[in-house]
Amino acid sequence: MKLDKLLCAAVITAAVSMGSANAASITGAGSTFAYPILAKWADAYRKETGNSLNYQSIGSGGGIKQIEANTVTFGATDAPLTVKDLDANGLAQWPQIMGGIVPVVNLDGVKPGELVLDGPVLAQIYLGKITKWDDAAIVKLNPKVKLPSQAIAVVHRSDGSGTTFNYTNYLSKVSPDWKSTVGENASVQWPVGLGSKGNEGVAAGVGQTKGAIGYVEYAYSKQNKMTYANMINADGKTVSPTSESFQAAAANADWAHAPGFYQILTNEPGATSWPITASTFMLIHKKPSDTAAVGEALKFFDWSFEKGTKMAEELDYIPMPASVVTLIKKTWTADIVDAQGKPIYAAK
Amino acid sequence: MTQIAAIAVLIILGGVIASLVSGSIPAFKAFGFDFITTETWNPVTDKFGALASISGTITTSIIAMVIAVPIGIGVAIFLTELCPPVLRRPLGIAIELLAGIPSIIYGIWGLFVLAPFLQQYIEPALIGTFANIPGLSSVFAGPPYGIGTFTAGFVLAIMVLPFITSISRDVFETVPPVLKEAAYGVGSTTWEVVWNVVIPYTRVGVIGGVMLGLGRALGETMAVTFVIGNAHRISASILAPGTTISATIANEFTEAVGDLYTSSLIALGLILFVITFVVLAFARLMLMRIESKKGV
Repeated sequence: MKLDKLLCAAVITAAVSMGSANAASITGAGSTFAYPILAKWADAYRKETGNSLNYQSIGSGGGIKQIEANTVTFGATDAPLTVKDLDANGLAQWPQIMGGIVPVVNLDGVKPGELVLDGPVLAQIYLGKITKWDDAAIVKLNPKVKLPSQAIAVVHRSDGSGTTFNYTNYLSKVSPDWKSTVGENASVQWPVGLGSKGNEGVAAGVGQTKGAIGYVEYAYSKQNKMTYANMINADGKTVSPTSESFQAAAANADWAHAPGFYQILTNEPGATSWPITASTFMLIHKKPSDTAAVGEALKFFDWSFEKGTKMAEELDYIPMPASVVTLIKKTWTADIVDAQGKPIYAAK
Repeated sequence: MTQIAAIAVLIILGGVIASLVSGSIPAFKAFGFDFITTETWNPVTDKFGALASISGTITTSIIAMVIAVPIGIGVAIFLTELCPPVLRRPLGIAIELLAGIPSIIYGIWGLFVLAPFLQQYIEPALIGTFANIPGLSSVFAGPPYGIGTFTAGFVLAIMVLPFITSISRDVFETVPPVLKEAAYGVGSTTWEVVWNVVIPYTRVGVIGGVMLGLGRALGETMAVTFVIGNAHRISASILAPGTTISATIANEFTEAVGDLYTSSLIALGLILFVITFVVLAFARLMLMRIESKKGV
């Protein structure tokens, strides 16, 4: 009997010490948009350091809820929290990775990049006020393209999505009509069109329907070789969706004067800026209870900024510009502290 | 022991109802009865109404049953009365395998294979055929998207078919051969035997199978989400995009920020629960009446 107890105790001690030897494990939840790159980073990071990361892509809303409930080390969201919301929950926030949102169309005889659209026209189409491809407003932007007299089939996301948040945010910025009747959110009350689930659903919906228009993440339009449209940006210049134009939007954004990195990258100024750029934000508690895990997480994000850029580009994500990374690292040391007020992780 | 298990089932059911009710209280407090009678579903302004989802749930289920019940019973009749014995087993197994396919597969198949097919061949034909018939012209109206209420109903029909077929076949096989032989003996045709002997004898079982199928059609989520078009609008046309209760919940739960939004989604769940309950209760009632008639 005594031996049993002794053995039992020994086993428990061994188990506990083995657990702690395994270092702090990082857990995260949120944005589905950031999932592919986080998974790729985590895999490379584990090979290099032996530390693993467990990320559940449950959607931005879920990520916010989980970090507020303190059940994960970090949350990830495509829609930034306002400073008020951050402070209320004692959270810090920064942009980790960017991507572009691209309008895609299915029009016979129109090649990728041939069609030019601007924000107000896009808003009118999604409001159901422009219903034909040969509408005067579209013809005016595309004098050289032969546009059919075909009904526009509008396709949008049906699931709540960070992509939709950024897209409707853009439409709200460029169209007062859109702002007052629909507004911006991860899901909205669409006046017209049909909803498809996920980027793949929208890509399929546009691909199958003649005369369709939709919006997808850049990676989807590129991988499926879809007919994307060029956009006229805030400076009135025509731009194509490329890594350079997404990065231009991020570089031209005034991050230094955005408290809590609250910055939505739509309709940014700059001659080369793509107007519908989006970033995924990481959320971490400023005074975390589990300092070891948060230290590990920051180490991982630091590593991602330093060594993860090539992997991001391979997956058609856009790394943050160096100037923004410097700003982010500064806030890490200043804001994320232990009980004694000392920085948990000192970035180089 | 068995008693404990039985009580446990009741307690679990009670728990589900209680949590659905308590979760949906904020939504019903905010919108009252309007929640059931309005079509608005606007997460931006926090205004929610369930009518579009309810109507979509019922419409898709009706379309599914209209297609699946005659086909399902027909196949069962063929299998038990007409089919050469060599084919009977393989056909029966094939139909039962349809029930084993996960619903997400039906969804993807519906999106990539069925929807383009309907869009190119079936829907334009439907629109053309009914264009000049009053009433029906508005039921089959609009651009052929390939995705919409009709497509969802069609996919559901295929999904519930095996339930109706297998149960009907099983009950058809319970008809005592002596009854059929007697009918054939007095010179009935196969059709007369089926219509006047087999179906009346097995009516209760067939209705059971239909109700099981209807239960699945009402709650089916993934397959419908892929092909219904997910628009919170009620259209006269069954070719237009719509939504169902379960599709709305599946689509929006992950990103539902805010208590009222979440609560409205739970309230939708409660409504689906009530609809299913009413349908099953109605089926029981019908069965009881048929039983009692038989006794007389």
